[in-house]
Amino acid sequence: MDTSSFELLFNPRGVVVAGASTHPGKFGFVALHNILAGGFEGPVFATNPDQPTILGIETLGSVSQVPAGAADLVMVCTPPQACPDILRSAASRGIGAAFIASGGFREAGSDGVRAEQELIELARSLGLVVAGPNGQGLISTPAKLAAQIVAPIPPPGAIAVASQSGNLVSALMNHAAHSGVGISRAVSAGNAAMVEVVDYLGWFADDPQTKAMAAYVEGVGDGRRFAAAIRKAAEAKPVVLVKGGTTPEGARAAASHTGALATDDRVFDGMARQSGAVRATTIEEAYDAVAAFATQPLPAGPRTLVLSSAGGWGVIAADAVTRSNLDLIPLPADLKTAMDGLVPPRWSRNNPIDLAGGESRDTIPEAINLVADHPEVDAVVYLGMGIQANTASHLRSGPYFESAELARICDYHERQDSRFAQAAADASDRTGKPILAATELAVTQPGNSGPATVASQQRYCFSSADRAVRALHHMWWYARWRNRHAAVGT
Amino acid sequence: MGVLSEFESKQLLAGHGVAVSWDQLARSEDEAVAAAAEVGGPVAVKLCGPSLAHKSERGLVRLGLVSPDAVRAAAEDLLGEATDDDGEVALLVSEMVAGHRELIAGVVLTEQFGPALMLGVGGVLAEAVGEAVFRLLPVSGADCHDMIDDLGMATLLAPLRGEPAMDRNALVDTLLGLADAAGRDGIEAIDVNPLVIRDGQPVAVDALVVVSD
Repeated sequence: MDTSSFELLFNPRGVVVAGASTHPGKFGFVALHNILAGGFEGPVFATNPDQPTILGIETLGSVSQVPAGAADLVMVCTPPQACPDILRSAASRGIGAAFIASGGFREAGSDGVRAEQELIELARSLGLVVAGPNGQGLISTPAKLAAQIVAPIPPPGAIAVASQSGNLVSALMNHAAHSGVGISRAVSAGNAAMVEVVDYLGWFADDPQTKAMAAYVEGVGDGRRFAAAIRKAAEAKPVVLVKGGTTPEGARAAASHTGALATDDRVFDGMARQSGAVRATTIEEAYDAVAAFATQPLPAGPRTLVLSSAGGWGVIAADAVTRSNLDLIPLPADLKTAMDGLVPPRWSRNNPIDLAGGESRDTIPEAINLVADHPEVDAVVYLGMGIQANTASHLRSGPYFESAELARICDYHERQDSRFAQAAADASDRTGKPILAATELAVTQPGNSGPATVASQQRYCFSSADRAVRALHHMWWYARWRNRHAAVGT
Repeated sequence: MGVLSEFESKQLLAGHGVAVSWDQLARSEDEAVAAAAEVGGPVAVKLCGPSLAHKSERGLVRLGLVSPDAVRAAAEDLLGEATDDDGEVALLVSEMVAGHRELIAGVVLTEQFGPALMLGVGGVLAEAVGEAVFRLLPVSGADCHDMIDDLGMATLLAPLRGEPAMDRNALVDTLLGLADAAGRDGIEAIDVNPLVIRDGQPVAVDALVVVSD
């Protein structure tokens, strides 16, 4: 579809909340609250025939009273039967886009199906683009726009999200808010009566604010159109896809074994891989992957090195690499020699590099630089960050902090982990290679100076070695897809 | 929707560059024995006709027949097994294709995405094992290489039990041949099972082509 009108959804001059409410439990209140709280800088209007002001905004009796040309987007929070008049009024005031949060359409039975069809026909005749209905709203951080009836407002960033489930948009926004790796655009497609998930992806693909996309889909509609749209988007930027509603059997052509093997999920999986989409099984896996794409360069190859100051994690990461599409390379001889110069001989002398507690003040930043610079290394997984700051946290809250004068060592520990995180980020920037840091402290102690420094760099701290390796697997899969399918970038 | 016989199906696929086993139709026990003599080694004899989609399930396949007497006896048996529902049938005499590796490949018209190409682990356990990957038609050579990778066939591609490594490009050519055939002549579905790897080369040992009326 023509997506030029999506600019009105994601970068509107002004926004109208139709059906604003004084009742804090109603969509019409929360939508207005979120738009105002999000700091949208254009004019904000709210309609309510009975209440003169809501949240300090002087309300209008109806959308027809919005000054012509002042707004591009109307967020509709009324009962469904009010929607047609709102669209007519909106069009008459120069508003070109509507997000319809109202329910009571296709999801509500046959009358709703008819009402939805009529509403979309009306919108087309008025030249309006309609998102929803029955959706939770949209986010556009470059416009400081949070036109949604749910929380949270995520930090700005380079990830775009489109989803058939509004709650999964919220889930991804929660991951963004927690990790600090932010969002450019996000939209709950609702019933997707006019605009489908893949249409949003098409617009995100051309959106300069977006580096990577995540999408959740259940039904795919016209499968060929869906596949073509995914491919076009994936040729531009990484697309991470989560498919819900996997059915066990296709069983359509009993005459052939091929038909019996053609389950919906196998065919969908083949379509996704052919189209260049990274398929994630869970929302956590999807966020890990899209955050990696948004914050790390693509690996040039599969040669992976694990650097660890935390023995067992190194072994687990190495196992995960072995199970993935990545190569756990033998440690190059010159790297071995260089490491021998850095740490006492008890280090692992292999990949994973386990420093075995032999590190001193500058060892880890120097080791990160050594492995990142090595021409036979395409990607690095760095483990063990945050251990010192975790100790500091424990000492600080313990009974001997004052009497044993532990402040100095605590400061040192915390500074060190901050340095390590910084060194990983700097080495990645300098070499153009992905360096993925992982520690459970990202979840269990996000204020720890290790993960906190990663977040302050607008990078993503993975919460386990396995999850970092899985994300790197997806990155290499996508990089290889781009290399193999020659139409890309030409 | 109609089904081509195994013989017709393989002839059609051979026309699109798919390597198929040496086959000859026989109308009688005598013709079957004569065909087997041409092969000169062990043969398979199968009942062949457009209505015979699930031959092995019905026991209509006799494998590894060496002597003329064995061929004659099998031919007699099989012709006796044919029912009125089977319509016009003949005997198909085929060379035995030796190979430890059996794949399945085919084309299916999916509800959601239209025609799709498949590659999987084949043989009689193909459906039970369920290791199969798909790509939508049309496909590129790169897509076919991806399918081989996705199936996790690195160990299957390597030399195996005295057999040479699988010729990866020949397998890609077979897949492209199936894709090419599927685009034509009202063909709706193709099933090749098993696709046996003999001396590293894929050979279609049984095939079924479904055409629209």
